[in-house]
Amino acid sequence: MELNVVDLSRLQFAMTALYHFLFVPLTLGLSILLAIMETVYVMTGRRIWRQMTKFWGVLFGINFAIGVSTGIVMEFQFGMNWSYYSHYVGDIFGAPLAIEGLMAFFLEATFVGLFFFGWDRLSKVGHLITTWAVALGSNLSALWILIANGWMQNPAGAAFNPQTMRMEVADFYEVLTNPVAQAKFVHTVSAGYVTASIFVLGVSAWYLLKGRHVELAKRSMTVAASFGLAAALSVVVLGDESGYLTTEHQKMKLAAIEAMWETEPAPAAFTAFGLPSMKDRETHFAVRIPWAMGLIATRSLTTQIPGIDQLTERAEDRIKSGIVAFDALQKIRAAGSSAAVSDADRKAFEDNGADLGYALLLKRYVDDPRTATPEQIKAAAWDTVPSVPTLFWSFRIMVGLGLFFIALMATFFWLSARRTLDRYRGLLWIAVLAIPLPWIAAEFGWVVAEIGRQPWIIEGVLPTAAAVSSLGAATVLTTIVGFVCIYTVLIVIEMALMLRAIRKGPEPDEEPEAELIPANLVAAE
Amino acid sequence: MILHTLIDYDTLRVIWWLLLGVLLIGFAVMDGFDLGTDILLPFVAKTDIERRTVINSIGPVWEGNQVWLILGGGAIFAAWPPLYAVSFSGFYLAMFAILFALILRPVGFKYRSKRDSAAWRNGWDWALFIGGLVPALVMGVAVGNVLQGVPFHFNGDLRVFYDGTTLFELLNPFGLLAGLLSVTMLVMHGAGWLMLKTDGPIAERARAFGSLAAVATIVLFAIGGAWLWFGHFGYRITSEIVAGGPSNPLAKSVELARGAWFVNYATHSWMMLAPALGFVGALGSLALLRAGKGGFSWLLSSVSILGIISTVGLSMFPFILPSSVDPRSSLTVWDASSSHLTLFIMLVCALVFVPIIIAYTSWVYRVLWGKVDPREIGRDGSHAY
Repeated sequence: MELNVVDLSRLQFAMTALYHFLFVPLTLGLSILLAIMETVYVMTGRRIWRQMTKFWGVLFGINFAIGVSTGIVMEFQFGMNWSYYSHYVGDIFGAPLAIEGLMAFFLEATFVGLFFFGWDRLSKVGHLITTWAVALGSNLSALWILIANGWMQNPAGAAFNPQTMRMEVADFYEVLTNPVAQAKFVHTVSAGYVTASIFVLGVSAWYLLKGRHVELAKRSMTVAASFGLAAALSVVVLGDESGYLTTEHQKMKLAAIEAMWETEPAPAAFTAFGLPSMKDRETHFAVRIPWAMGLIATRSLTTQIPGIDQLTERAEDRIKSGIVAFDALQKIRAAGSSAAVSDADRKAFEDNGADLGYALLLKRYVDDPRTATPEQIKAAAWDTVPSVPTLFWSFRIMVGLGLFFIALMATFFWLSARRTLDRYRGLLWIAVLAIPLPWIAAEFGWVVAEIGRQPWIIEGVLPTAAAVSSLGAATVLTTIVGFVCIYTVLIVIEMALMLRAIRKGPEPDEEPEAELIPANLVAAE
Repeated sequence: MILHTLIDYDTLRVIWWLLLGVLLIGFAVMDGFDLGTDILLPFVAKTDIERRTVINSIGPVWEGNQVWLILGGGAIFAAWPPLYAVSFSGFYLAMFAILFALILRPVGFKYRSKRDSAAWRNGWDWALFIGGLVPALVMGVAVGNVLQGVPFHFNGDLRVFYDGTTLFELLNPFGLLAGLLSVTMLVMHGAGWLMLKTDGPIAERARAFGSLAAVATIVLFAIGGAWLWFGHFGYRITSEIVAGGPSNPLAKSVELARGAWFVNYATHSWMMLAPALGFVGALGSLALLRAGKGGFSWLLSSVSILGIISTVGLSMFPFILPSSVDPRSSLTVWDASSSHLTLFIMLVCALVFVPIIIAYTSWVYRVLWGKVDPREIGRDGSHAY
């Protein structure tokens, strides 16, 4: 197989994004858990909560530093590897990234130093504000990144400008209130809260099994289980699903996830298991649950969900309309000044401009989309189907894990309420073994969202293949090797540091614990 | 949105050109001193506790400072998309080197003192040195190349092609001179910080190295100016300038013009203030280092950084990134920005958030004010690196 720049750039982006996303969810959730723990400390004066905040804070810090550095890589990579993308949509896509820096990242990174170095320099409330500032900063950061990502999935509020050959903002409010971005934000931060909760729960369970730091572990588990249960419910109930029906390609993503090759009469059946085949365009050995799909996706018995067949037909129409737009665009640009553009061309572009990106799908087959044959148009329409087996399985793994997290959290919430957290060793072991699972779910979630967006880098606007920089394959390969090396070293060091800090446990607290019942209070006779 | 038409497109472009300068200067001043401190680390601190003192002098603040770089990247993406696309992909391997160094830094900070082996710690100290040196050097080299013109061109679809061949092409004499200037400037800046935050032998050595760096900064900046004067540098727009037109670089024509980088100073003599500040700041920083006033020296080295970076920007105005192989592809203030609306929205965001950022950053520095106490570092329960 010949390595081309598009595939290599995608590989590098996927690799660095998935890697970065190992650190992000824990930062999102643990920052909030730290703030909750410290709030309890400030409100009750009980020093064990201060000790807890400091202990989990150490683990937070190890995770945070790598999250920051790998995040810079993400921001730089758009320009480095995807320069045509950067030119084409920077007018819209750059803004949320810059606002993220202004509103969120400064807050988070400036206060994180004070969180660690400020324990003896700040008042109780002063330090609590610092911790909340870190939590607020990291969560706002996620908001702006997902507004940016949501726009890639559903490019609202923008229009193509033939004079600058790029997309430009038409309505910034639409970019901000993009329904896909909102669904993604809630889903992603909730997933981060679940990740951190399971991390805290699992590490604490290990302490209980070893009989170490029992007081700290039990309190931590109570916080993690209550917060985690709410978050786990939110991930599933307010899941991404709500965004799937908003646009054509999100419908394609949904159809691919469910391997719905053909449109079915409503309410459609849900394929629980099966082996989807892109070649045969059908799912072998499918186990189907009648009605379920229609109910889940549309919350009605009568709304029809389009299948892959119907969606590729629509894509074919849009490609044809895109060719008209492409032709009009060439004439508009050849005319030079806007006064010289004929009304017919102007109208053709106005009517079909929204489909311009579909014509660019043909660039894979012909240089000039206007010369494409009907077969090539058909092939390009079929290219709009993302990899069905990948989506089908990634989604099922993610959802299966999500349901397991609800059960796990509910169990420990119940145990915590009954004050029997340390009674069932089997359950504690399950909690320990569950630690890696939220990361697996989160990574598959990324796969569903971003592989599901293919072949588009911006849905319906710009194909991924057209967006890369004009770099040599060897150059990109060099940086891939470089990233693999440094990232491998980094993860080994990170894991070693984490395990060491966990084994070491919390720092002993010399100061006496605050008395909840004053000593001079005499019990009634 | 009609509101954005309150400010003309060309005015907004000039404002964002100024803000681009503010961001670069902000990065060089704020993250610059901790990069400079990293470079000085193996030289000003000999014993382990000295090295930990140096590292902890920037320990609580480097993460926040680095956001200037992240914000810089984001703001260039949002306000100058073609500049972002051309520079980041054109300087691809140089960018990778910077990223590599920046990834090395946090790991160095966090992991260095977690094991007792002397070889281990010494190794990480050199990693930190590289983590500070490489970004300082590479960014300087990049600026040196921008002043000469960078080999890139656009095709009709405004897709950018980089026509350079290897990374080593960037390491030409003038590029290296600019890289060295960038390093000495930040070392001077870091030395002032170390004198402010430490006592005894570290501060003494920082004074010696910082003085050397300040002298080198003055000399290199002067050589750079002379080189620009006698070299074949400079570009000029030969077509009519449309300051409020669409951002399409190919709509103009440009020619190579020797000495064009000095034209602005001839027409606007107040601009001479920028190079003057570059020299005066470095001289003042030198004098204050000698006098043992670290904090004031740091302020004066900040002024020098402001002067030097402003000199680069003002010399090239309205050019931002000239192209050496296809001059009309050059990016200028008038044809490389975002749309009118985006520039306006981003300006509103900057006006709201920058004062807030400055306020809480100042508060954090006030809380952390004072010298690093070496006795605190090894203490149980301390989060020091």
